[in-house]
Amino acid sequence: MSTLSDPQQGSFRPSMLLNDTRYRSATLQVIAAVLLALCLFYLYSNLATNLRAAGLNISFAFLGAPAGYDINQTLIDYNSQSTNLRAAMVGILNTLLVAFLACITATVFGVIAGVLRLSNNWLVRKLMAVYVEIFRNIPVLIWIIIIFTIMTAVMPGPRAFRGDEPSSTMFLDLFAFTNRGVYTPGPFFTRGVGGEAGSIVNWLIVIATLIGSFFATRFVTNRANETQAATGERPNTLWTNLALWFVPIIVVLFILGLSWDVPELKGFNFAGGIKIGGPLIALWFALSIYTGAFIAENVRAGILAVSKGQTEAASALGLRPRRVMSLVVLPQAMRVIIPPLISQFLNITKNSSLAIAVGYADITATLGGITLNQTGRAIECVLLLMAFYLIISLLISAGMNVYNNAVKLKER
Amino acid sequence: MSDTHAQSVAYVRDTAIPPSPAPSNAAGPVKWMRENLFATIPNAALTIASLYVIYLILSATLPWMLNGIWTTGSLAECREVLDGATGACFSVLTERWNQLLFGFKYPVDAYWRVLVAFVLMLVALAPVLFFDLPRKMLIITALFPFVAYWLIWGGTIWVPVFALLGVVVGYLVYARFVAQNFALGFFGGVAAAIVFWTLSGYIVPVLTPEQPWLKSVPSRDLGGYMLNMMLGLTCVSLSLPIGIALALGRQSSMPLIKWVCVIFIEFIRGVPLITLLFVANVMLAYFFPPGSGVDLFLRVVIMITMFSSAYIAEVIRGGLAALPKGQYEAADSLGLDYPQAMRLIILPQALKISIPGIVNIAVGLFKDTTLVSVISMFDIIGMIRGPILASTDWNGVYWELLLFACVVFFVVCYSISQYSQWLERRLATDHR
Repeated sequence: MSTLSDPQQGSFRPSMLLNDTRYRSATLQVIAAVLLALCLFYLYSNLATNLRAAGLNISFAFLGAPAGYDINQTLIDYNSQSTNLRAAMVGILNTLLVAFLACITATVFGVIAGVLRLSNNWLVRKLMAVYVEIFRNIPVLIWIIIIFTIMTAVMPGPRAFRGDEPSSTMFLDLFAFTNRGVYTPGPFFTRGVGGEAGSIVNWLIVIATLIGSFFATRFVTNRANETQAATGERPNTLWTNLALWFVPIIVVLFILGLSWDVPELKGFNFAGGIKIGGPLIALWFALSIYTGAFIAENVRAGILAVSKGQTEAASALGLRPRRVMSLVVLPQAMRVIIPPLISQFLNITKNSSLAIAVGYADITATLGGITLNQTGRAIECVLLLMAFYLIISLLISAGMNVYNNAVKLKER
Repeated sequence: MSDTHAQSVAYVRDTAIPPSPAPSNAAGPVKWMRENLFATIPNAALTIASLYVIYLILSATLPWMLNGIWTTGSLAECREVLDGATGACFSVLTERWNQLLFGFKYPVDAYWRVLVAFVLMLVALAPVLFFDLPRKMLIITALFPFVAYWLIWGGTIWVPVFALLGVVVGYLVYARFVAQNFALGFFGGVAAAIVFWTLSGYIVPVLTPEQPWLKSVPSRDLGGYMLNMMLGLTCVSLSLPIGIALALGRQSSMPLIKWVCVIFIEFIRGVPLITLLFVANVMLAYFFPPGSGVDLFLRVVIMITMFSSAYIAEVIRGGLAALPKGQYEAADSLGLDYPQAMRLIILPQALKISIPGIVNIAVGLFKDTTLVSVISMFDIIGMIRGPILASTDWNGVYWELLLFACVVFFVVCYSISQYSQWLERRLATDHR
């Protein structure tokens, strides 16, 4: 027996495609697909016509051709005869360098400002509020330009360091702040392995040692946790951990013969040491203070999100204020702080593309700037540029998801 | 009173003791300072450190600002007047005021048009921002884009008139069919408007007079702070509806539509705005029909709108997700179809929740309009770094100009964020 609401069998009418919920979504999707295909085809045919009219084609062959321009700050070997691809690699490394540095300093600034905004001290609270509001409400491009101007127009030139009574002196005889950049002592190894070309190997050894120490201390801490869980007595791990961190690295550095190359004024400029160029400092510092203001707000919101009862309960247990913060409030606040913090890191990475405004050779300036202008390969360069940033974003958000799953509230 | 009664009659005071002031260390500024500035020794150290920082900042900037010169013609003259003393040369602002606001190519005799458009903008924004104003003012808001376009770009009046008529025609068709079916009304309206605009494309050139009443100004002559405001306002208002559509699309149960929206949003959010501006500058023209001559301003508007609509979509998606599931179920149980449920029940609440996020995006976008200086458009930063600092008169006046740029951006962005906080309190979105 069929009820009244059953659809009548075998009477399909075209209007049912739109009015019957069984078919409607399929119809709409077919229409959308057709429209989308038409749109894409329209854009593609325009592109093809325009490219033919301009006598262009899509080709990535220019990547293998010599770049023909110099880059003043490079992390890997590069000269003007290197290929465009090599120039892009230099740019990628420079982007990652400034993003990495700015992420660290922005977090430091942000955490300090965020915690101080909750201080009991009225003056400090207000000062930090002013910092946050001023830096958040002015475009980061202006901050980059301001700090770049300080670097180039206010700092003394190398000439000011010369003579018997120089108008500028080096800070602690180690650092020189000039309008061409900051010169700092650079580490090198006198007994390093592998000679000139093997300097990277030495650094890999140092990093490997640090990673080894990290895992060793983690092992010790885990053992301590197990012992505590089993017996209730927690063995003292502080000295073991300190020894694990410091002894191996000191021994390794001693064996490799670490020394410092202090910058010295030679002729018209400083020689030796590491030169950190003005554009890098401008970008690094501006991104740090700008994003730091945003991170400060995230940190403040995170701490405020921990309910007051938690603090009171912890105090009722007899914990001191510092331990209340580190054992009860911060672990819970972290869950709120970390996700926006990671999107701020993403923002720093994307904003580092503003390097092109001050002439720092990041990927936007090399591939998207000089290479694009010299070869005229606009489409290819912009596509590669976008692909690079997309990959970085996807990696960062994948990392964020892994972290979120690790720390999310596990309800059992 | 005799001694005998002294034991039997209780002493009762029948007047109140006048209140005496609190001890000086438990009230007033002294107490406040003890509690807020010098509570503990580390706290006092922080206070002194902050005072020192404030002193450093003020001692560096105050003499420079207070001693500023406002009325000279060039930096050299400024230095002469200052005669070695510390002082700012604000004369660059007075002398290049018009350039900072309007760019260096916009015709001087047309400045009044921009100012009128600016005042109209305030009037048009008022009813949107403050709901207590009479609703009739929304008519001005609706007319504003067309009037402002005509005022700023000039040229024949028929272009904005026919654009407006197209919208009216679209609305009439929509109103005719929306009662039957929302989708039919909506798409019918859009189609009618497009047909009307296509037809008017043939009519307008015929009607165009030789000498239009307002002189026509090409887009590349726009510049200065005006350009920032125009880009910010246009892109935010265009990206709101697109953002809503994208957010709904991302929540949709139809896989094709959902994935198109997801890919679009994630792609745009994954790349920096600068690369999108490069697209606008060097690549987008290839995607238009040959000879259509879409100018740079329009291409930049397209790309920035795409950029901000992806971000707004994510904010609105958050608002949609924050709504209790019961709201969706209630809409379904009333028998509303999808457009009705969205229009009447879901979106009003979801948008209310998303207001702070949308305002954040708007502020961020307004700040990001300075990036157009990278693709050599002369917005306020482009003007400062380009024509003004490059001129022989003002070569070397960095701080005054940068300070000015900071102030104008700070004033606008800070007032928008204060407005958003006021609105949040007003709507009390946390206990909806």
